[in-house]
Amino acid sequence: MAKEEAIEIEGVIVDALPNAQFKVKLENGLEVLAHVSGKIRMHYIRILPGDKVKVQISPYDISKGRITYRYK
Amino acid sequence: MITIKSEREIELMRESGALTAMVLDLLEEEIRPGMTTMQLDRMAEAFIRDHQAVPSFLNYAPKGDPDVTPYPATLCVSINEEVVHGVPSAKRIVREGDIVSVDCGVYKGGYHGDAARTFVLGTIDEKVQLLVDVTRESLELGIAQAVEGNRLHDISAAVETHARSFGFSVIENMVGHGIGSELHEDPAVPNYGKRNTGVKLRTGMALAIEPMIAMGRSRRAVSKRGGWVAVTEDGKPSAHFEHTVIVRAGKAEVLTRSLLEKNLS
Repeated sequence: MAKEEAIEIEGVIVDALPNAQFKVKLENGLEVLAHVSGKIRMHYIRILPGDKVKVQISPYDISKGRITYRYK
Repeated sequence: MITIKSEREIELMRESGALTAMVLDLLEEEIRPGMTTMQLDRMAEAFIRDHQAVPSFLNYAPKGDPDVTPYPATLCVSINEEVVHGVPSAKRIVREGDIVSVDCGVYKGGYHGDAARTFVLGTIDEKVQLLVDVTRESLELGIAQAVEGNRLHDISAAVETHARSFGFSVIENMVGHGIGSELHEDPAVPNYGKRNTGVKLRTGMALAIEPMIAMGRSRRAVSKRGGWVAVTEDGKPSAHFEHTVIVRAGKAEVLTRSLLEKNLS
């Protein structure tokens, strides 16, 4: 039986929220609440509203995600 | 965490693997247009229980998710545009011209075996036949990479390259997996990826390698909220083959080989 994996999708930051969380508008139109991956935090990569990012979405709760990459 | 299986454990896995292959052999012999997917399921479950084993998928619930209902059947029977996890039903009839992907798992002696095949019913479109053949070949090419010293995504890259060279698309949100005393173990075995990346493969790792290849451009298999069955986004047919394999030096050991003569290559 195949295992279902987190879906990766691109989006744009709409709003910066406390606790390093962001509101991200995905390319498919949905808006999700996303936190920042540990690797991004570790390297002090700053994320601002308007940035294009890659978000992993859990197949189980598609309203929450994890930002894994910020495009230059 | 990826577990390395001892020879004793592998011996037990051989048995559940062999049983899994026998279930699929049985279904391959018996499947006819006009049957319901429930009939196939019943047949498989009876066979498994006759051999003092338990269907792995029955009541399986992915970890970390309280919302999903446990899987209600022995088999996943996914027809045409259904990629995986088709739940058998007394109302669903397989027809001439369908491609039917049957996925089966058997739990015996504390270990799981997991395998899948896509069956072709009657005469089908040439392109669909090609899809099925290419998916089967891509699994073999993937298995050929599952040797000690290679990296995990060498398997993925082999599958992806072969499928794409025919213009087919790889389903990316469904992946193969480690297997053993749990049905789904680490690592995830994607069907796309870059060579020379991923963990180093070591003798004794047990992997379920399972290319899911679609004809259109769909890269995801989507399911309705709360439902199990996952279909291609554009409704184009998809095929699915799977083997449980043990990584070895030189050549991987496949635990779920078919014993049917026509499948011996």
